[in-house]
Amino acid sequence: MKITEIINILGCKVISGFDFIEDATIDAAFSSDLMSDVLTLDSSRVLLITGLCNLQAIRTAEMADIKCILFVRDKKPTEEMIALAVENDMVILQSSLSLFRVSGMLYQAGVQPVY
Amino acid sequence: MSNAITLNYHIEGSDFINAGNASSQIKKVLQQLNVDPKTIKRIVVALYEAEVNVVAHAYKGDISAEITTEDITITLDDEGPGIVDIDMAMTEGYSTASPKVREMGFGAGMGLPNIKRNVDELNIQSEVKVGTKVVMKVKLS
Ligand SMILES: Nc1ncnc2c1ncn2[C@@H]1O[C@H](COP(=O)(O)OP(=O)(O)O)[C@@H](O)[C@H]1O
Ligand SMILES: [Mg+2]
Repeated sequence: MKITEIINILGCKVISGFDFIEDATIDAAFSSDLMSDVLTLDSSRVLLITGLCNLQAIRTAEMADIKCILFVRDKKPTEEMIALAVENDMVILQSSLSLFRVSGMLYQAGVQPVY
Repeated sequence: MSNAITLNYHIEGSDFINAGNASSQIKKVLQQLNVDPKTIKRIVVALYEAEVNVVAHAYKGDISAEITTEDITITLDDEGPGIVDIDMAMTEGYSTASPKVREMGFGAGMGLPNIKRNVDELNIQSEVKVGTKVVMKVKLS
């Protein structure tokens, strides 16, 4: 699914990745606040949906080759987080909705779960 | 191997801002060397978990990575409390992590199992109240 479709479905904000958002796509999504769990995924082109809004979330995505992160519950990424995301060509999205709610909406719209 | 590359980094305990810097640098070097992306991911996932372990559980440590055409060997040598029972620590779900570590998204006792799953060779030596040495090797070809 295209990231632009996800933005339309959720009405979420784009924080970084403006240059390549048009072409960005994902094959599946994974919702977790546990970074060790994210590090077990071997699929690529995953959207990470998380309420864990800190540098380690971006670092984890970097190591796991995840190019798109959606932060829920209006958690605002810091300047350092955004800089690291930009350095890694990541799309960062931000939604005011809860983890459960965005997961449900995207699942209903046909986004595949990783497991 | 004549043209081996050696990289060295220092890690400070409790420094969650910089946790992952070494993993990130090593990832960039592996990309420049055109290592297969799937292999890079295995290496950096294991390394990042090990780096976070030093930040989360030890006082300070050093990382050295030696890259040859055949493999990469990464050693994380820390000063810290050490691990009393390594077999127990390797069990999925076993963790002594602080609430601070859990806030960072770690501390579910999955780090060492994640490391084990991703590397070709793993050796952990630890002395209680002295420190821990983790050596991991991944084949590159
Ligand atoms: N470098 C280290 N120094 C001291 N203890 C460690 C170290 N690495 C791991 N441990 C111990 O092993 C346990 C399990 O580690 P791990 O599987 O990475 O889980 P977690 O870090 O989430 O607790 C830790 O909770 C800790 O007690
Ligand atoms: Mg750990």
